Amino acid sequence: MQLWLIPLLPLAGFAINGLFGRRFSKGLVNVFAIGSVVLSFAWVLKTIAGLGDLNTAYVEHYFTWIQSGPFTINWDFAVDRLTAVMLLVVTGIGSLIHIYSIGYMAHEHGPHHGGYYRFFAYLNLFMFFMLTLVLAANFLVLFVGWEGVGLCSYLLIGFYFDKKFATDAGNKAFIVNRIGDFGFSLAMFYIVKTFASLDFSTVFAKAAGAPESTLTLIGLLLMVGAAGKSAQIPLYVWLPDAMAGPTPVSALIHAATMVTAGVYMTARSFPIYTHAPVAMEVIAVIGIATAFFAATIGITQNDIKKVFAYSTVSQLGYMFVGVGVGAFSAGIYHLVTHAFFKALLFLGAGSVIHSLSGEQDLRNMGGLRSKIPWTFWTMVCAWVAISGIPPFAGFFSKDAILLAAYHYAPWIYWLGTLTAGITAFYVSRAMFLAFFGSYRGHEHHIHESPAVMMVPLTILGLLSLVGGYLFKIPVFLGSLFPALEESEDFTLMAISVAAGLLGILIAYMMYVAKPGMADSLAASLKGLYTLVYNKYFVDEIYGAAVVSPVVNGSRAVLWKGVDVEVIDGAANGIASRAQDVGSVLRRLQSGNIRSYAAWVLFGSVMVIVALGMAGGFR
Amino acid sequence: MTEVPISWYLTLSAILFALGVAGFLFRRSIITVFMSIELMLNAVNLSFITFSYQFKQVNGHLFAFFVMVVAAAEAAVGLAIILNIFKNRATLNIDEIDSMKN
Repeated sequence: MQLWLIPLLPLAGFAINGLFGRRFSKGLVNVFAIGSVVLSFAWVLKTIAGLGDLNTAYVEHYFTWIQSGPFTINWDFAVDRLTAVMLLVVTGIGSLIHIYSIGYMAHEHGPHHGGYYRFFAYLNLFMFFMLTLVLAANFLVLFVGWEGVGLCSYLLIGFYFDKKFATDAGNKAFIVNRIGDFGFSLAMFYIVKTFASLDFSTVFAKAAGAPESTLTLIGLLLMVGAAGKSAQIPLYVWLPDAMAGPTPVSALIHAATMVTAGVYMTARSFPIYTHAPVAMEVIAVIGIATAFFAATIGITQNDIKKVFAYSTVSQLGYMFVGVGVGAFSAGIYHLVTHAFFKALLFLGAGSVIHSLSGEQDLRNMGGLRSKIPWTFWTMVCAWVAISGIPPFAGFFSKDAILLAAYHYAPWIYWLGTLTAGITAFYVSRAMFLAFFGSYRGHEHHIHESPAVMMVPLTILGLLSLVGGYLFKIPVFLGSLFPALEESEDFTLMAISVAAGLLGILIAYMMYVAKPGMADSLAASLKGLYTLVYNKYFVDEIYGAAVVSPVVNGSRAVLWKGVDVEVIDGAANGIASRAQDVGSVLRRLQSGNIRSYAAWVLFGSVMVIVALGMAGGFR
Repeated sequence: MTEVPISWYLTLSAILFALGVAGFLFRRSIITVFMSIELMLNAVNLSFITFSYQFKQVNGHLFAFFVMVVAAAEAAVGLAIILNIFKNRATLNIDEIDSMKN
C-alpha cells in the first residue's frame, strides 16, 4: 500500500522548501508545503479505505536497520485501527492548520528574513516525523519520530529567534523533553533486555509472560517519556512557555498532535500496562493531578494563549487518566476530540491576535463579538465542546473517561468533575473577556481574518460540534483494546454536565453580569490568587532546586575545577615543563664553536667511559 | 733489528690527536683552529696506516688516501671561507663569529 509515501510527501515538501524556498514566491512555497500535506492526507484516506476492516495490523517491511547477532531492528511501518485514527488526526488537522498558516504568516518578513519558507519547511518536517512516529512498528522507529518532533518543536518555538524569550522557551522545551526521553531510552534498553526485541508485535505478544515487577518498571520508564512529551507533572513546565512560537505551531504541535504522542505511546503499549497495574495507577494519579493543577492555573492567566496552553496541559491530564484507568479507547477518543476543539481554540485565538495586530492580553480585549463575528462563532463551537455540553465533541470523550474513572476510583471521578467545572469556567472567562463587554484596547483597525484562515476555523468548528457524535472512536477501537465493563450511568453524566454548566454560569456572573466581582474576589483571596497567578511558583522551585544547583555546580566544579584545573592544567603543565627543559637546553646553543667542540669531546669521552664500564675493550 | 712496537705509533697518534683537540678548543685564531683540524685528521691517518700494517690489509691505506683527499678539499673550501670572513669582518677571532646564534 506504499505506506512510506505518507511521511515522505511532507519530507519532500520540507526538502524543496528548505533548499530552494529562499528563491520561491510565497505562492510557490504554499504549493509545496500545503500540497505535500494535503496529498499525504489523501494518501492516508486511500490507504485506510484500501486496507479493509484493519482488525489485524498491516505491516510493511522496508529494510533491516540494525543487526547484531540474533537481534534485529527493522525499518517497518504498520497500520492498525489506532494508527489509522492517529494518521487521520495528524494529516487532517495538519492540513487545516497548514492552510490556516497561509493567512496567519502572510505578513512574515522583516527581521526574520526568509521566515515564511522557513516556517513551512519546519512545519513539513514536523509532519514527517509525526507520521513516522505514528506509523512505526517498533519502539526505535517510534523513537526516531519522537525525537524528530521534539526537534521541530524546538525549532518552531524558537522561530522568532531574535527574541530572547522565544529561544529560551525553545531550550526549555528541548531540555525538559530530554529528561523524559532519558526515561524512554531506559525503557527501551529494559525492553531489549527482557524481550530481546523492540517490535511491537513481539514485545506485546510476550508481555503476558514477563514478571510483573519488570513490566511495572518498563511501564513507569515509558511513562516518564510520555510525561515529558505530553507535558504531565512534573515535566509539564515547558508547554506553557512553548506558546512563544507562532500560533499555528501552538495549535498543531502543542495542542493537537505532538503533545498527544505520549498518550498514543501509552495506549500503544497497553499490553505492557494491563499487566502492570501499579504503573497504570501512577499514570492515572499523575493525570488527574495534572488536569486539576493546570486547570486552576488557567483561571488566572491573562495571556489568551497561556490560558489555552494550561488548558492543553489539563486536557492531556484527562487523557492520561483515561489510559491510566484502563479506558485506552476513551483516552484516544479524548485525544481526537481535543485535537478538534483545542486546535480550533488556538487558531481562533490566533485569528483574534491577528485581527488585533499582535495583542494577546485578555485585559486589552473585550467586545470583539460584533467586530469579528465569524471568529467568535467558530470559537463558540470550541467553547461548548471543551465545556462538555452535550451533544458536542468534548462531552462524549470526557464523559467516557470520567465514567471509566468512576469505576476505577470514585475520587478520580469527583476531582475530574471538579476539573471539568474549572475548565468550563476558565474557557468561559477567556471568551467573556475577549468577546463580551466593551473594547478595552487601543487598536482602531480591527479586521476579520482572511478567508484562508476562516475556512479551516469553520471546518474545525463543525468537527467540534459533531465530531464526538460522528466519530465513535471507542466503538472503532473496541476490538483493539481490552474491553471495559459497559455501563451507562446517567447520574454521573448529569453531574459532570452540570459541573460544566455551573462553570459557565459562574464565569458569566463574574465577568459579564458583575464585571468588578472577579477583581474583588482576587483581592479578598490575595494569597491564594498570587500563588495560582504565579503558577504555584513551580518554575521558581525548579529553578532553585534543579537549575541553579546544576548551573552553579557546573560552574564551580566542572568549569573552575575539572576544566580549568585538571584539563587545562594538564595541557598547560606539559607545555610549561617542555618550556623549562628547553630553557635549560637552550644554553647549549651558544653560537660559540669552541664550546660545541668541547661538548663533542665531552660526549665522546662519556661514550668511551660508558663502553669501558659496560664491559671493557676487547 | 727489532721493530718499532705498534703501541708507539698508536700512542703518537693519540698524542697528535689530543694536541689537535686542544688546539681546536683553546686557540682563538681560525687559522690555528683549522690547522688543528688538519692535525687531528693526520693523527687518524697515522692510526689507519698503523692498523693496516698490523693486519696486513690494504684498506687502511685506501682510507688514508680518502682522508687526504677530503682534507685537501676541506682546506680549499675552508680557506676560501676564512678569506671571506676576514674580508667581511676584519677579524679572525673565532669567538666574535657568532652571528648564527640568534
